[in-house]
Amino acid sequence: MLTKRIIPCLDIKDGRTVKGINFENIKDAGDPVELAIEYAKQGADELVFLDITATNEKRKTLSELVTRIAKHINIPFTVGGGISSVEDVSILLNAGADKISVNTSAVKNPQLIKELANRFGSQCVVLAIDTKFEDNNWFVYLNGGRIKTELKTLDWAKQAVELGAGEILLTSMNNDGTKNGFAIDITKQISEAVNVPIIASGGAGTMEHFKDIFQKGKADAALAASVFHYKEIAIPKLKSYLKLNTINIRL
Amino acid sequence: MKVSIIKYNSGNVQSVLFALERIGINAIITNNVDELKTSDKIIFPGVGEASSAMSYLKENGLDNVILNLKQPVLGICLGMQLMCNYSEEGKINCLGIFDNQIKLFPSNNAIKVPQIGWNTIYDLKTNLYTGFKEDEYMYFVHSYYAEIGKSTVAKTTHGLEYSSSLQKDNFYGVQFHPEKSGTLGQALIENFIKL
Repeated sequence: MLTKRIIPCLDIKDGRTVKGINFENIKDAGDPVELAIEYAKQGADELVFLDITATNEKRKTLSELVTRIAKHINIPFTVGGGISSVEDVSILLNAGADKISVNTSAVKNPQLIKELANRFGSQCVVLAIDTKFEDNNWFVYLNGGRIKTELKTLDWAKQAVELGAGEILLTSMNNDGTKNGFAIDITKQISEAVNVPIIASGGAGTMEHFKDIFQKGKADAALAASVFHYKEIAIPKLKSYLKLNTINIRL
Repeated sequence: MKVSIIKYNSGNVQSVLFALERIGINAIITNNVDELKTSDKIIFPGVGEASSAMSYLKENGLDNVILNLKQPVLGICLGMQLMCNYSEEGKINCLGIFDNQIKLFPSNNAIKVPQIGWNTIYDLKTNLYTGFKEDEYMYFVHSYYAEIGKSTVAKTTHGLEYSSSLQKDNFYGVQFHPEKSGTLGQALIENFIKL
């Protein structure tokens, strides 16, 4: 049976791992390749690298980093952050990325999802959604959580899957950085509404939070950054705990 | 040892190259017929869409080249699917090495499609799996699957039971990605190189 996945996320800025709280207060958290190797050894099922660099050199430094990662790790990884064209994706996949994620660019041009799925296959197209609960509804936010849209998260998820997104990476801005647990309700709603895997992100603080997002939130994978970076939760211990709680996990 | 990776319009060739580098093999990526014919081992990778990949192989005469290879050939993911009879993806005839059909996973609430993640392989046959225990985890990313048939040498279940590995004569195929399946995936690549 297919297992649930544990996915450490590395936010990248100018080739270094960084971590912020609620999308702000960025701190340095180490060399991405070294961290990636360590996570793979510990039993991470997959890795996500989100590049938040905003310079002109970005594309080149990112593709070089992707190649360095691909040379050194033997588990799959997704690369996202500022990807806006078929050409961007082609460069990253050729550099060795397994999947790419699109966010703002896909909202601005939904046809991009279709183009990417047709060209590279749905299996490597991850739609990342940053969402926030406001006025009794979950809305899609853009540009790393800085710009609100009127798009409802559930509607956008459904539309994106119809266009060819092969997976959804859902980050709740209300939960991100709080360590109070994942957003169970919206994760569950989307997981039940679409047929592609859902990666839940934002809010991991304890091992129980992971159990809840799999059992109550129906997530297919759970992503976290700081609890792994700062060694608050060890991946082997987390996986044993989940297995004990009858969640199907690769040990 | 000369190892070649077949070059065609499919992604993720780089990952296979790196996986071979990690076990000390410098493979070449080529679509040159002479290079392929003189290789000791050939890897036929693939991530992408079946009908465009098949058209590319035909336009470049690679379909006949692959069919006539006598050395061990390992098809990975789409590579394995293209070695089968027919694919529902684009409704096309494929190379026909394995007598299996490629079908789309049924869309229902029981399973997610694509299947993305780690799943077990069992009923293992052939020396590709030397040293393997039953029910080891491998990494899968796919929406289409190969039915069970006489060439099946490993099985996996995702909603239904299907062929996660095929073998006939010198042709081997794996649906999962050994290059992304951690140390066990690496062991499988080593087994293939030793064939």
